[in-house]
Amino acid sequence: MIRSTVFATLALTLTTFGAVAQEKTEFKVAWSIYVGWMPWGYLEESGIMDKWANKYEIDVEIVQINDYVESIIQYAAGEFDGVTATNMDTLSISSGGGVDTTALIVGDYSNGNDAVILKGEGSLADLAGKPVNLVELSVSHYLLARGLDSVGLAERDLASVINTSDADMIAAYATPDVEAVVTWNPLVSTILEQPGATKVYDSSDIPGEIIDIMWVNTETLAANPNFGKALTGAWYELMALMAAGDEGALTAMAEASGTDLAGYKAQLASTEMFYDPADAVAFTEGEALKTTMVNVAEFLFDKGILGEGAPSADFVGVEYPDGTTTGDSANVMMRYDTTYMQMAADGAL
Amino acid sequence: MRWINKTPGRPFALFLMVLPFVLVLIIYAMGSDARRAANPADKLLPPPSQLVDTAARLVSEPDRRSGEILFWQDTASSLRRLAIGVGLAASLGLVFGLLIGLLPVAHAGLNSFVAVISMVPPLAILPILFIVFGLGELSKVALITIGITPFLIRDLSARTAELPAEQIIKAQTLGASSLAIALRVALPQIMPRLIQAVRLSLGPAWLFLIAAEAIASEDGLGYRIFLVRRYLAMDVILTYVAWITLIAFVLDWCLARLSRRLFPWAEAA
Repeated sequence: MIRSTVFATLALTLTTFGAVAQEKTEFKVAWSIYVGWMPWGYLEESGIMDKWANKYEIDVEIVQINDYVESIIQYAAGEFDGVTATNMDTLSISSGGGVDTTALIVGDYSNGNDAVILKGEGSLADLAGKPVNLVELSVSHYLLARGLDSVGLAERDLASVINTSDADMIAAYATPDVEAVVTWNPLVSTILEQPGATKVYDSSDIPGEIIDIMWVNTETLAANPNFGKALTGAWYELMALMAAGDEGALTAMAEASGTDLAGYKAQLASTEMFYDPADAVAFTEGEALKTTMVNVAEFLFDKGILGEGAPSADFVGVEYPDGTTTGDSANVMMRYDTTYMQMAADGAL
Repeated sequence: MRWINKTPGRPFALFLMVLPFVLVLIIYAMGSDARRAANPADKLLPPPSQLVDTAARLVSEPDRRSGEILFWQDTASSLRRLAIGVGLAASLGLVFGLLIGLLPVAHAGLNSFVAVISMVPPLAILPILFIVFGLGELSKVALITIGITPFLIRDLSARTAELPAEQIIKAQTLGASSLAIALRVALPQIMPRLIQAVRLSLGPAWLFLIAAEAIASEDGLGYRIFLVRRYLAMDVILTYVAWITLIAFVLDWCLARLSRRLFPWAEAA
């Protein structure tokens, strides 16, 4: 896998360097399996995306990538014009890697989808002295850090943190030496089905901090506003369908994520979807987002993830809809922009 | 004169040897330059100078949390796993190779079994290994051992069976028991072959080690590479890849030297 990544990287370098943003008509965005991102697959499949792309006389391809991290890396490498990712991974991988990135559609935040699960009875404080299996440096790690903080513990109070691939998390949980795991849905619901599994902390304890967003390249968006309009228009057409409980759309998304309608609805219940663009605008313009981003930047810096060149947690600047910034205002690489979501709210698309 | 008869002189041969390395470095530096011209903070192809800085920092700076230098800790953990795994596989390979090669009863009972078992892709049964052996050191060592032992057994049993029948008969006429034939006739002739087979299986052994560490681990060279992959720290990845390559090369070279020192007669070619 590493080898293919390195080769892909080298090949990319030799073919795409010097790629400058310009007006174009063909766009590619990447997404990966997650409850809040399933609509992207359905947009492509149902033809809703094509309808909106035709309206703006462009072509948009929505590509599913099986490996979440790989999709962000491919975006950072310039293969895609947009990608679905959390606020945290975008800050560390794309923005930290110098790719100026804009939040086009703030889709949802995790409200229970990510959880700390203990084998047997107990509470969060009982993690002290135990090994914890999780995907290191991911939102799971962030959730654990926030949770430990809330009960006055730190990572060094644990026996160890063992990096475990999300693909192997369920098998890992079945082995006797695993005592606690941190992971996300649909894995959480599968693990909680096992007898004795106790959820001791989840993302509904830190609502609004793990945000799922469609990110696009800032320069590409600036040069091609129609790209932003088409994506946003298509997205909110589907959001309206979902809010109205359209069984056909929901069933298609449920099957694509490997569950049934009831299972998918259960996952949606722990996801705070912004069906109404006005809600997404209000959330993005809220003051809480700034606090969250500062928290996230500090966590990333503390773990050494912000990049080798990062001298402090303020290394990457983040700009908000009201024009203020956190972090280094001379190195703004991440922008929250409500322009297009506002257009959707105003019915101007 | 035909090309097949042209031999480069010593200085020219040296030049030809260094050339591909230099070319790769130049292509890399050019690619890195081009990417950084477009985006100065590019993480994909860090410039050679940054690679050197990163390498220097990795080998000298202790971790903020544990106070240990992660680079050496990773190296020690990985080498320990590799040594135990390969050592076990070599012992098993030697014992079963001799048995199957010398004893018709063992051959009848085990040869087909080993031939079939050696076709099981070890990475495919990794989830089973985790459940049987847990997520700890045992499953990592087991993956390496399971991965390369069948190859070693097959190679060594075939070589043992190839020993001239005259030798075995002669030893018997001199009154040697089965055990004596195994230890005094077959073993010395198989040892250089064992070293050679181990050299060949070091590549797969590294593959299994890194695969095991990538899936569940708290330290090791493969662990670190897959961990920092999450935030595209190519400078760290490339440093580790270069280090793994160097270790693998040195191991291979040491085994070759050992074989030449211990069994000079086997190196006639």
